[in-house]
Amino acid sequence: MIRYIDEYRNKEMVLRLAGQIREATSRSLRFMEVCGGHTMAIHKFGIPSLLPGNIRLLSGPGCPVCVTDRKFIDQAVSYARRSDVIITTYGDLIRVPGSSSTLDAEKSKGSDIRIIYSILDALAIAKQNPGKKIIFPGIGFETTTPPSAAGILKAREEGITNFYLLSSHKVMPPAMEALIDEGVEIDGYIAPGHVSTITGTSIYRDIPGKFGLGCVISGFEPLDLMQSILMLALQMERGEPKVEIQYRRAVRPEGNPKALEMIRKVFEPRDDWWRGLGILKSSGLGLREEYSDMDAEKTIPVEVEKTREDKGCRCGDILKGLATPGECKLFDRVCTPLNPVGACMVSNEGACHAWYRYRT
Amino acid sequence: MKTNKNERILLGHGSGGKLTHELISGLFMKYFSNPHLDLHTDSAIMRAEAGHIAFTTDAFVVDPIFFPGGDIGKLAVCGTVNDIAVSGARPLWLSAAFIIEEGLPMAELERIVAGMAQEAGKAGVEIVTGDTKVVGRKQCDKLFITTAGLGVIEARHLGIGTGEKMIPGDKIIINGSIGDHGMAIMSARNELQLSSPLLSDCASLNGLIESVMKVSGNIRFMRDATRGGLSAVIGELVRGRPHGLVINEEDIPVKENVRGMCELLGFDPMYVANEGKVLMVTAAADAQKIVECMHQHEYGRDARIIGEIVPDHPGKAWLKTCVGGNRIIDLPAGEQLPRIC
Repeated sequence: MIRYIDEYRNKEMVLRLAGQIREATSRSLRFMEVCGGHTMAIHKFGIPSLLPGNIRLLSGPGCPVCVTDRKFIDQAVSYARRSDVIITTYGDLIRVPGSSSTLDAEKSKGSDIRIIYSILDALAIAKQNPGKKIIFPGIGFETTTPPSAAGILKAREEGITNFYLLSSHKVMPPAMEALIDEGVEIDGYIAPGHVSTITGTSIYRDIPGKFGLGCVISGFEPLDLMQSILMLALQMERGEPKVEIQYRRAVRPEGNPKALEMIRKVFEPRDDWWRGLGILKSSGLGLREEYSDMDAEKTIPVEVEKTREDKGCRCGDILKGLATPGECKLFDRVCTPLNPVGACMVSNEGACHAWYRYRT
Repeated sequence: MKTNKNERILLGHGSGGKLTHELISGLFMKYFSNPHLDLHTDSAIMRAEAGHIAFTTDAFVVDPIFFPGGDIGKLAVCGTVNDIAVSGARPLWLSAAFIIEEGLPMAELERIVAGMAQEAGKAGVEIVTGDTKVVGRKQCDKLFITTAGLGVIEARHLGIGTGEKMIPGDKIIINGSIGDHGMAIMSARNELQLSSPLLSDCASLNGLIESVMKVSGNIRFMRDATRGGLSAVIGELVRGRPHGLVINEEDIPVKENVRGMCELLGFDPMYVANEGKVLMVTAAADAQKIVECMHQHEYGRDARIIGEIVPDHPGKAWLKTCVGGNRIIDLPAGEQLPRIC
């Protein structure tokens, strides 16, 4: 496995690509990486220091935790406070600040909140605790939605009646389009590698034609990212923006039809809140009517506090690429990974967290 | 003490009565026995050389308490021995306090105590005083151990702990591969099946450090890289200093299985815990000689020079990444893993 990774971290080849990028264009170009995994890799390997001054990378809204609205956390916190509820969640959600609390804080006060690594763990907990309602707050894009769908289908198949999903699952394209409508000035997208393994290329189809932006689906290693940046630079230099796949070893144009079918079977599109972007049309995924008995929102009514945003937190602008973390007044002063104000500082994949850890 | 296979720790073992006495004399005294401890006094009285003493304490709460390459007891001895040794001092005496959860199998406790005695013997230190408490079920997780340690330090080594004598040009040395302990804990916790077993690097480093101090009088800084990994030590080492430092990622030794597991789980080995690694800053002229000296020692076989102190970017540590990029190394924020030491 390591040999396989090392091939994509070959220093000579990375430096050769850096030279080719420098030669390809002298125009000032701004590319946005949409996926949090890319943000982390770019900073971890010091990619910005390898690029010529005319090429700038911006971080976009591709970290699932970061785009999760405060309202969603408040809702999860309210559920956590009920004595008949066990919250089962992936670990990165528990430190995300809500309006006045976090799941972590509720856990320390005695709420039953369990960190799981797979939704199947949640189903097992449901079976072991028939007297409790097991709620799974589902976040993330096309990569994390299929496992949630599989969990719902399995719960139905096994007749588990005390498992509920609190869905904040989202789809990527509306956000990518909304950013451009918001006036974010970029020349192309480094499109998410993992999302694209599920969706294929069709979700980006309109972006070159409608907005004149390049779109290269990239892998996560340094050579992948450098090659993707070169491909984008060449597209822009030639004036031919299009959708291209750099990450060919994982992404097929048609995506993963089986996973897509599973998502379609369980979820339907709905308008959804995005941190910093507000409500975006058809950008979220809610459970279909036939699974509404497993929909926490519909079946377990709960009072949720009024959403309160922190003054000064620029997560919204940062997610839109309008500001860098360094331009936020709270960054590294009030807001640190130990005391995150905004969600971008919580997740490993958040732009602020990556900046904090690997400032390049 | 007659221990049968199924015997477990009872609340009564911490009551101060007969059971406590049995536990202390039958288990702790049996393994830790030495002239100071055997006197059963409230304080151990030792005779020290004139001069400065080094004094440290550490609490150990690792989960699971047994892991590949060690256990909580070995960790409790090594951790405190190393904290003294990296200050430039010679560790001599330890204390050990045990908080035990009711129900802990006696055989497990015995295994841990025997291992502590063995490690203390290997490191040349005596456990001269101790304490035992038992708490009810779920009031602690199996076993917590606190050790404190005393050592003596020669006046010429007094600046090693603070690093006040570091100057640009000095070399940065690590005694071997990083991330072994954290990933061993992770594999034990998740029962991951690996093709090659991943062992904690948990070890007492005072022997290695003593050998190095014999070949060089120019060690300017030492610290053991534990929780928070190599990054934490590097971050602490440079913060607030009038100089910066540069580390070459390519030169940092990382075992293949540790790297593979880090890749799989999304960890950065630079932030993963070690329990047998010391970072040294030494005069450039002595660096190669020190590395060669380490290579002769069982805990220094993979020692390497990994970077140097530079006059530029004061207070900041830069990493030259494996692909030739640059980035800052900062103190880790938050834990990558819970309860690793």
